[in-house]
Amino acid sequence: MSAVTDTYIITRRQLQLLTRVPEVLIFSTIQPIMFVLLFRYVFGGSIQTGQPGGYVQLLMPGIFVQTVAFTLAGTASGLAEDMKKGLIDRFRSLPISQSALVVGRTLGDSLLNIVVLTAMGLTGLLVGWRPSSGIGHVLLGFLFLLGFGYALSWIGAFVGLSAKDFRVVQNVSFLVTFPLTFLSNAFAPTTGMPRVLQYFAEWNPVSTMVAACRELFGLENQFGATAGSFPSEHPLVTSLFYMVLIMAIFVPLSLRKYRKAAG
Amino acid sequence: MKSVIAEALVKTYDKGNVKALDNLNLDVEEGTVLGVLGPNGAGKTTTVRILSTLLRPDSGRATVAGIDVIKNPDKVREIIGLSGQYAAVDEILTGYDNLVMFGQLYHLGKKQSIARANELLERFSLTDAAKRPIKNYSGGMRRRLDLAASLIVKPKVLFLDEPTTGLDPRGRQEMWGVIQELVKGGVTLLLTTQYLEEADQLADEIAVIDTGKVIARGTSDALKKQVGGERLEVVVDQQHVAKTVEIVSAVSGHAATVDEGLRLIMAPVSTGSAALVEVLRSLDNAGIHALDIGLKRPSLDDVFLALTGHVAEEHKEEEPVLTGRGRKAKK
Repeated sequence: MSAVTDTYIITRRQLQLLTRVPEVLIFSTIQPIMFVLLFRYVFGGSIQTGQPGGYVQLLMPGIFVQTVAFTLAGTASGLAEDMKKGLIDRFRSLPISQSALVVGRTLGDSLLNIVVLTAMGLTGLLVGWRPSSGIGHVLLGFLFLLGFGYALSWIGAFVGLSAKDFRVVQNVSFLVTFPLTFLSNAFAPTTGMPRVLQYFAEWNPVSTMVAACRELFGLENQFGATAGSFPSEHPLVTSLFYMVLIMAIFVPLSLRKYRKAAG
Repeated sequence: MKSVIAEALVKTYDKGNVKALDNLNLDVEEGTVLGVLGPNGAGKTTTVRILSTLLRPDSGRATVAGIDVIKNPDKVREIIGLSGQYAAVDEILTGYDNLVMFGQLYHLGKKQSIARANELLERFSLTDAAKRPIKNYSGGMRRRLDLAASLIVKPKVLFLDEPTTGLDPRGRQEMWGVIQELVKGGVTLLLTTQYLEEADQLADEIAVIDTGKVIARGTSDALKKQVGGERLEVVVDQQHVAKTVEIVSAVSGHAATVDEGLRLIMAPVSTGSAALVEVLRSLDNAGIHALDIGLKRPSLDDVFLALTGHVAEEHKEEEPVLTGRGRKAKK
C-alpha cells in the first residue's frame, strides 16, 4: 500500500510544479496547438487527400501521436534534472518504495498529456476536425494515445537516468523522436519514400499508432503503406503489442537504473 | 556503543581503474560527531554514499545502528538523515511544500507533516521564506532547508556531506550554528569536510582520509599537536625585520622563520590571541608598525603536510558524476 501512497505523493509533486510554473503547462499546450494550425493551414491546402473534410482529418491523428511521442523527452529531462540536483539521492535515501519516484514521474507526465490532448482536440474541432466514429471510439483513441505516451515515457526514464550530462538528454530525446515521427505516415503518404524507408515507416510504432487512431476516429488510413502488410492491416493490435513490448523492456531497465543511479 | 561501523570498505570506479576507497575503516561512537576530513577525491562522498545505502561497496561491510547497510538498506533508510553537497530539494517548490512532501514520504500523515514542516522552518529561521520557491533562496538557506529535510523523522544517525562547501563566510557561520545546536541535542553525526576549522568547530573526533584510506584519527587537539597549532604571522618594513624576528621568537618560544621576499615573519604560538596582543604591544614599544598581522589556523594543507609529507592533492576522479550547483570550492 505504501508504494501507492508514495507514488501518489510524487505524482502530486509534479502537478504542484505545474501550478508553480504555469509557463510549463502553457508552452506544452501552445506548441502542439501551433503545430495543428501550421500543418492545417500550410500543408492542408496543397496535400490532396480525397478525404471528405480534407487533410485535417488525417493530420489530427498524426499530430496527436507526435505530441505524445514528445513525452519521452519530457520524462527524460525531468529525471535528468532531478539527478543533477541530487534530488534522486535524497529520494533514494528515504524509506520509500524504490519505484515511486520513476512511476510517479511517468504518471505525472501522462496527466500532463491529458491536458495537452484535450487542448489539441478542441483546437482541431475549431479548424474542421470531425471524427465520425462516435464518442466511444474517439475516447478509446485517446486512451490509446495516453497508453503510447506512457510507454514512451519509460524509454525517457531510462534515457534520463542513464545520462551523464543533463544537456545531452534533450538532444538524445529529440534525436529519437524526430525521425520516428517523420519517418511515418503521420503527415504525408509513405508511398513517396525510398523503399527501405517505406519498410521502416510501415513497422514504425508511430505509424501503427497513427493508423490505429485514424481507424478509431472513423477514417480510412490513406497515408498507410503496403496493402496486405500486418501492421497496416492490424494497426490496433500492432500498437498494443508495441506498448507492451516497450514497457516490458524499459520498466525493469529504468527501475534497475534508478536503484543504481549515479553509482 | 558504536553507531556507525565501516570495515575494510573498497570501492572502485571505471572497471577497477580508479580506487575511490581502499580498505577504509571508520566508526562513530553513539551520540558523538566524527569529522571526516580530506581533499576532493579522497573518498569522503563515496564513504557517505555507501553508509547511506546509495552505493554498494565492492567489498567490506558497514552497519548503521547495528543494521547492515548492504543486507538491510530499507531498515537503514528509516533511521538515517542525509544531507549532501547539492542541497537536494525541489527548486521550484517552496520550502514549505518541500518539507511537507518529504514528511508525507516518511509516512507522517498530512497533519503531522504540516506541523513538522512548520516546526523545522521555525527552528532553521526559514519561516519568512517558507512560501517562496527554493530557487530564490540564498546558498545558506538552501542548505538549511536541505538539513531540515533530513531531520524530519529525528534520525538516529545523520550524515552531512560537506555541509558548507560553496557557502560564503556568513552562510558557513550560520550553518555551523545550526549544526552545533543539533549536536547539543545528542545526535550521532558523521560529517565530511575539506576544512580543518570546520571539523575543529563541530567534531568530537576527526578522521583524516587520503586516497580512500584513513591516515590519521584523533581529537582535534591531538591532530593539531601533530600539525603544530596556530601560527602568528607579521609583515613589517624591511628595516624592522630583524627586530621583529626577535620579538616574535620571544613570544612564541620557537625560532621565527622569515620569508625575506614578503618580509613575513612566522612562528607557531599556543596562546592564540594573547600572543597576538603581546607581539603587537612589543612592536609598538619598539616603534615598529606592523603592515599586516594575524593568527593563521592550520589548514587542510598543513595537516596533510604534517601527516603525509605532501600537500593535499585533488584527485581528478571525484566520486560519481553529479555536476551542477554546490560546486566544490577550489583551494
